[in-house]
Amino acid sequence: MAQILAPSTQWQMRVPKSSTFGSPIATKMWSSLLLKQNMKGAAKSAGKFRVLALHSENSTVNRTEKLLNMDITPYTDKIIAEYIWIGGTGIDMRSKSRTISKPVEHPSELPKWNYDGSSTGQAPGEDSEVILYPQAIFKDPFRGGNNILVICDAYTPAGEPIPTNKRHKAAEIFSNKKVVDEVPWFGIEQEYTLLQQNVKWPLGWPVGGYPGPQGPYYCGAGADKSFGRDISDAHYKACLYAGINISGTNGEVMPGQWEYQVGPSVGIEAGDHIWCSRYILERITEQAGVVLSLDPKPIEGDWNGAGCHTNYSTKSMREEGGFEVIKKAILNLSLRHKEHISAYGEGNERRLTGKHETASINTFSWGVANRGCSIRVGRDTEKNGKGYLEDRRPASNMDPYVVTGLLAETTILYEPTLEAEALAAQKVALKV
Amino acid sequence: MSLINDFIKFNLNETTRKSIAEYLWIGGSGMDLRSKARTLPEPVTDPAKLPLWNFDGSSTDQAPGDDSEVILLPQAIFRDPFRGGSNILVMCDTYTPAGDPIPTNKRFSADKIFNHPDVAAEEPWFGIEQEYTLLQKDTKWPLGWPVGGFPGPQGPYYCGVGADKSFGRDIVDAHYKACLYAGINISGINGEVMPAQWEFQVGPATGISAGDQLWVARYILERITEIAGVVLSFDPKPIPGDWNGAGAHTNYSTKSMRNDGGIDVIRKAIEKLGLRHEQHIAAYGEGNDRRLTGRHETADINSFSWGVANRGASIRVGRDTEKAGKGYFEDRRPASNMDPYVVTSMIAETTILWKP
Repeated sequence: MAQILAPSTQWQMRVPKSSTFGSPIATKMWSSLLLKQNMKGAAKSAGKFRVLALHSENSTVNRTEKLLNMDITPYTDKIIAEYIWIGGTGIDMRSKSRTISKPVEHPSELPKWNYDGSSTGQAPGEDSEVILYPQAIFKDPFRGGNNILVICDAYTPAGEPIPTNKRHKAAEIFSNKKVVDEVPWFGIEQEYTLLQQNVKWPLGWPVGGYPGPQGPYYCGAGADKSFGRDISDAHYKACLYAGINISGTNGEVMPGQWEYQVGPSVGIEAGDHIWCSRYILERITEQAGVVLSLDPKPIEGDWNGAGCHTNYSTKSMREEGGFEVIKKAILNLSLRHKEHISAYGEGNERRLTGKHETASINTFSWGVANRGCSIRVGRDTEKNGKGYLEDRRPASNMDPYVVTGLLAETTILYEPTLEAEALAAQKVALKV
Repeated sequence: MSLINDFIKFNLNETTRKSIAEYLWIGGSGMDLRSKARTLPEPVTDPAKLPLWNFDGSSTDQAPGDDSEVILLPQAIFRDPFRGGSNILVMCDTYTPAGDPIPTNKRFSADKIFNHPDVAAEEPWFGIEQEYTLLQKDTKWPLGWPVGGFPGPQGPYYCGVGADKSFGRDIVDAHYKACLYAGINISGINGEVMPAQWEFQVGPATGISAGDQLWVARYILERITEIAGVVLSFDPKPIPGDWNGAGAHTNYSTKSMRNDGGIDVIRKAIEKLGLRHEQHIAAYGEGNDRRLTGRHETADINSFSWGVANRGASIRVGRDTEKAGKGYFEDRRPASNMDPYVVTSMIAETTILWKP
């Protein structure tokens, strides 16, 4: 639940760099998570990655690691591109890789591909091909070298976006001139829970029981308060390497729960960066033997849920007089509460109860520095008369394309009638 | 065991011109790979310059004890990803001392077919999708499956990611880079529908090279699973019941198919394949009847069918090919334990040489 790290005045002047590759990091060394390789004479060279290799019992020397870490650039120009897409449930990520003849700079240089949609609930068996359109490139932190991760969206062979492709509509909204002119910035706070494999009980919790009540865990340190920090830290560096705009991380209120923030990102980038960061996180938990959960209320009872608070601002909000623009935006949001809520994640009703720092799912509210509201405006923003707002309603399993697109649409494109506006203004105690 | 590690990592090139050649061949079952190594006085890049060798055929079911020598003829060279440096892997085929191919040598007749002028003129391309299953060493139960039980039903595993959906990725990724290093034309990988099942694709490769590259890729995979302490299975239906089998779908095209008007050449080729369905099926892998049931994205073994984008047919033609009027088609019948020399040469023979 940390705020987006945004040094206030400098932030407003600088347009965030939307690079397809992050700035290359000179010495890219980060140690493997659990398996400590204490091999004497193991070569330590700059530009080498150490990833978790399978533990071998029958061989004295584990050489899979050497192959995984091999830098193939001296032997071939070819690179490996991992194409990533969202599957049939709207939250499952899928990927497969292919060899590309030489390094590429831009997604338009990559070929379209296809996959078996009948195996992901996205097409029938007798007409199974679903086409992948490359949309964003990131450096591959697992393979190193010039290898890449490619975020794609899915189309029918005829060129229509398939029903689970939410990026297409978001891209349309973000191409609308009015939206482009407002330069919408997003900072998304992704919370997630780590579960022990096989039992699916949170990491660090005693199986068959519960840890001490919430209190000591938020941003805590110590073996009895922080469970799984290596995953969060490895993820942080991996995302920075990949070129994802990750801005921070912290331990959350519920033990075994973590958060990282991505932003500020402009427009459609926010969605691309969040999905790629989710993929990298699931690859890391896969290596660590831990299960990633994006469920909004993983444990019933007196335990926090997991959200995906979305911080948002437009050019007008960031300039002088922006606070009035923010209030108008909140007004619009109040008139479309139901549309937003239904698109903010499955199972959110188990999380938005009005307790545990949430607002009740049925009522729309806003407030300055109020964590029990639907929308929170920071004290800085109120004091400066300009800034941003935080929509606290989205669940951790929300689709960032949907949420960011809706926020832009409702606050920039949607025009309520004057009477509706007046009624709403009364309801949420806003003078606009 | 740091001393052993130091020796394995020795770069021989610093002290000697000698290099090590690992000779590979296919054993008596037609599916088991064998290898042994010898020292060469200096690095070699041309198979014709490598010496012939021999092995004890009576230990691999390929010769009787009283006349046991089987000759190894080097056919293709690849860089050795395990030894590095100038060391090589050498794919060989097997002959009697008199110079005749032994019965398990399927490469010989495949080579003859690919050298036939009509076939050579058509430049047949192959892209082979090799599926395989990883098994836990002592129980022979699939990797990641609870011993004595089953994981959740198929659905989340195809191209999946996460500790509860993807079992054994390190092996697959290590194999990808090792093959690229070796010089094999590996074109991609993906996690398969059944958990612990994976696929890699080799191609496009022309003619006999498809078989050579696939066999060496299989060898490299088995060496990597050996390191990882996991068992590799090419069985076409490793787990009976509602679990996918493992195939080796073979994508194929000729020069005529890739040129304008190719779609008609493709249709004729598919018709010819339909007329020889039984002969092909008999050569497409042992145990394929357990896999080709008509369910789990297969066509029934007894009937021949084809369709565009249809994964339940014997032959699938991609939508791209249909739209462009030229391209390639996919024979989905071969099992994961097929011999690529047999399958590739048979497809070429039936579609180019055979007259109904």
